[in-house]
Amino acid sequence: MPKLFSQGVFYVKKQLLGAFALAVGLSSVANVQAQGRDNVSIVGSSTVYPFATVVAERFGRSTSFKAPKIESTGSGGGLKLFCKGVGANTPDITNASRRIKKSEYDDCQNNGVTDILEVLVGYDGIAVANSRQAPQMALSLKDIYLALAKDVPGPDGKLIPNPYKTWQEINPGLPAIDIEVLGPPPTSGTRDAFAELALGGGALQIPALKALRGLGSDQAEEIKSAIAALGLPVGVYKAYAESKGKAPSGKDIFKTVAYSVREDGAYIEAGENDNLIVQKLEANPKALGIFGYSFLDENGDKVQGSLIDGVEPDFDTIADGDYPVSRPLYFYVKIAHVGRIPGIQEYAAEFASNRAMGEDGYLPEKGLIPLSDEELAQIQADVASLKRLEM
Amino acid sequence: MNKDTFKNTKRIEASLKKRYARERRFRLYGQLAVLTGFVFLFILLFDIVSKGSPAFTQQYLKITVHFDADSLGLGASPSEEDIRQANFSGVIKASLRDMFPEVTGRSDKRQLYRLVSIGAEYDLRDRVLDDSSLLGERKDIWLLAHSEAAAYLKGQVSRDIPEAERKLKDIQMDWLDTLRDDGRTRGSFNTQFFQYGDSREPELAGIRAALQGSFFTLLVTFLLAFPIGVFAAVYLEEFAPRNRITDLIEININNLAAVPSIVFGLLGLAVFINFFELPRSAPLVGGIVLSLMTLPTIIITSRAAIQSVSPSIRQAALGVGASKLQTVFHHVLPVAMPGILTGSIIGMAQALGESAPLLMIGMVAFIMDVPGSVTDPSTVLPVQIYLWADSPERGFTEKTSAAIMVLMGFLILMNALAIYLRKRFEVK
Repeated sequence: MPKLFSQGVFYVKKQLLGAFALAVGLSSVANVQAQGRDNVSIVGSSTVYPFATVVAERFGRSTSFKAPKIESTGSGGGLKLFCKGVGANTPDITNASRRIKKSEYDDCQNNGVTDILEVLVGYDGIAVANSRQAPQMALSLKDIYLALAKDVPGPDGKLIPNPYKTWQEINPGLPAIDIEVLGPPPTSGTRDAFAELALGGGALQIPALKALRGLGSDQAEEIKSAIAALGLPVGVYKAYAESKGKAPSGKDIFKTVAYSVREDGAYIEAGENDNLIVQKLEANPKALGIFGYSFLDENGDKVQGSLIDGVEPDFDTIADGDYPVSRPLYFYVKIAHVGRIPGIQEYAAEFASNRAMGEDGYLPEKGLIPLSDEELAQIQADVASLKRLEM
Repeated sequence: MNKDTFKNTKRIEASLKKRYARERRFRLYGQLAVLTGFVFLFILLFDIVSKGSPAFTQQYLKITVHFDADSLGLGASPSEEDIRQANFSGVIKASLRDMFPEVTGRSDKRQLYRLVSIGAEYDLRDRVLDDSSLLGERKDIWLLAHSEAAAYLKGQVSRDIPEAERKLKDIQMDWLDTLRDDGRTRGSFNTQFFQYGDSREPELAGIRAALQGSFFTLLVTFLLAFPIGVFAAVYLEEFAPRNRITDLIEININNLAAVPSIVFGLLGLAVFINFFELPRSAPLVGGIVLSLMTLPTIIITSRAAIQSVSPSIRQAALGVGASKLQTVFHHVLPVAMPGILTGSIIGMAQALGESAPLLMIGMVAFIMDVPGSVTDPSTVLPVQIYLWADSPERGFTEKTSAAIMVLMGFLILMNALAIYLRKRFEVK
C-alpha cells in the first residue's frame, strides 16, 4: 500500500508542475506570434466561399505562398470584421455576394481602412427548384411575390396578410399543391438578393407598388396617400422617418412592403446549409427550394430549376442576364495590408486570371457565371494597379 | 387451520401473481427501452459506415505520360522554380489525347480531361522535382482519378440515370470501361486521406489538418483545464470553509456547466481575440475557450471523486500525524485519481466533439495547410465534418461520413482510455 501511494504522489506532482510550465510557455509564445502573419486571412460570404476556396487551394499548391485561410461568415459579418481596422488581427480580404453598402464603406473609412480594392468576380443565379419526381414549375416573378410576400394586395388594392394556400389560387396555370418553399434565413446574403430580385421584381408588376417605388423623399404627401391607398397605417411613414432620422423615399417604403417574407409557415427557413435543402426537396416532391445555382448544377440528378418568367436557370441564361434572379459576386481587398502580409495581391491576381475566372477557367467549372471579356480585362487592370474604391 | 389464515394465504397468493406479473412487465419495458436505443444506434452506425467506407479507397488510372520538355515549356537544365511553373496540366491533357486518339471535338476533349483529378498535375510536378531525369521520358504512371470518375469505378453511379441528370457522361463511362478492361484502373487504400489537409476536390481532401488541429486544441484544453479544475476541486472540497461565499461559488460552478457552449465562444472572441489580441483561428484560443467549457465538468466530477474517498483514510492519516496537505496529496488524491481522470477524459471527449464555440473565434474555416503549432490557423474534426457536409460537390458525402467515423473512433478510444485508467489506478 505505501508504495502505491507514494507512486501516486509522484505522478500527481509531476503532472501538475509540467502542465503549468507548459501552459505559461504557450501563452508567451502566442503573444509574440500575434504580431505578424504569413498567410492571407479571408472572411465573408458563404456564396463566394466555394469559389474562393478553390482559388486558395490552387494558389497554395502552385506558389510558394501559404494557402489563404477562408472563413465563411456571411457578407455582412465579413464586411464588419474587414472594416474593424488595419493590422494582422483583421482580415485582409472579404468576400461579398452583394456590393459594399455606403454605410459599410463609411464605417471602413472611420476605422482607418481607407483604401479598398473592389473585385467583381462573376455572377450567381438563385434557383427556385423542386424534386425531379415532380413536374417542372414555370413561375413568373409576380407568382413568386404573391406566393411568398407577407402582405399582398387584396381585391380592393389594400394590402392584406397573404391569403394564398396553393399555387393554383395565384395562377390557374399552376398545380393545385400547397405553397411550401424552403429557403435561407434572414442572415443570408442569398435571402437578401432573392428578396430584392424576386420579391421586389414581382412587386414591381403591381401598378400601385410600382408607383410607390417611383416617389422621391421630397414627395411626402404622395407617399402618404399611396400608403393610405395600400391600407397601411399612416404611422408607418412617421415611424420610418423617426427610426432613420430622415424622410423616407417611396423606395424605402416599397422595400419594407415588398421584401418581407410571409411567416405563416408557407416559407420555411431551412438554415444556411443548401445541401440540406436539396435533401429535403428529394424527400418532399411538393416543396420548392431556394438556393444558389452551383448547388443546382451539382445536384442536377435530384432537383430541377423552375422556369422563371419562361427562362430556365442555366449557365448561358445567367451569363446573358436573361435569367432574372441573378446577382454579382465581389471580394474586397485591404490595400494597406498589401506588402505587409505576403501573397495578398498575388492571390487577387490568381482569382482574376484567365485560367480562374475566364470562360474556360476552373471557376466556371464549379458553377460561377463568368464576366464578359471587357469586364474581365478591366478587373485585371484594377487588380494590377490596386485601384482604390470611391463611393 | 383456521379460516382467516387460509383467506390471507389466498389473498397473498393472488397478489403475489400480480406482483410477479408487474415485475415481468417492468423487465419487458426495460428490455424494450434498451432495444430501441440499440436499433437507433445501429441505424445511425450502419448509415455512416455504409456511406463512409468507400471514402477509404482511392481510384487511380494508369496513363502513359510523356514528359515532353517542349510542351512543359522547360529548357535544357530547368531550375526548381521553372519546374514549379511548368505546364503539367498540358502534359496530362496531351497524354490523355494520345491514349484516346479518336477523341476530337472540343467539348469531348474537355470531358476526357475531367477523368483525372487536378491533383495529378501537382503529383507529376513533385515527381519531376524529385527526379529530373524523367524529362523527355515516356512512362506509365498511376494518376489520381477525378471524384466523379472514381464514383463510377466504385459502382456508385449507374448508367440507368438519364445522361442529362448526371455529371459523368456516357462517353466518359465508355472511356473508363475501356481503361478498366485494359487493367488500367486500380483502387487502393486512401492514405492521402490521413496525410493531407482540406481540399475543394473531394478526391484530394484529407483529414490530417483537422486531426492535428483537434490534437493541439485538446492539448491546450487539457493543460489548462486539468490542473485548474483539480486544484479548484481539492481546495473547495478539503480546505475551503463552508460559508455563504463557497456556497455561491458552488452554485455558480453548477450553473456554468449548463451554459450553452456558444456563449463561451462569444466570450473567447471578446476577451482573448479582441482584448488580448491572440491570433484568430488558432488552436490556442480554441483550447482556452474549450477549457473554460470543460472546467465545470472537471471540477464537479473531481469533487465527487474526492468526496467518495472513505473518511477513515483521512482520519488514519491525520491520526498518525500527517498534516492536512500531506493527507490530501499522499492519501486522498491518489485514491480519488481514477474518478478524477474519468471525469476529465469525459470532459475532453465533449470538447473534442464541440464546434459551436469555435465558430465565433474563426476556427470554422477552409484551411489546407496542416498546422504545426498551437498558433497556426487550424480547424477541428467536428468543424471539418460540418464544412464537408455543406460542400456542393457530391464526392464530399462519403468524406463527411468517413470523417464522422474517424471522430467516433477517437471518442471510443478516449472513453476506453478512461475505463482503462479507472481500472489501472483503482485502489481496492
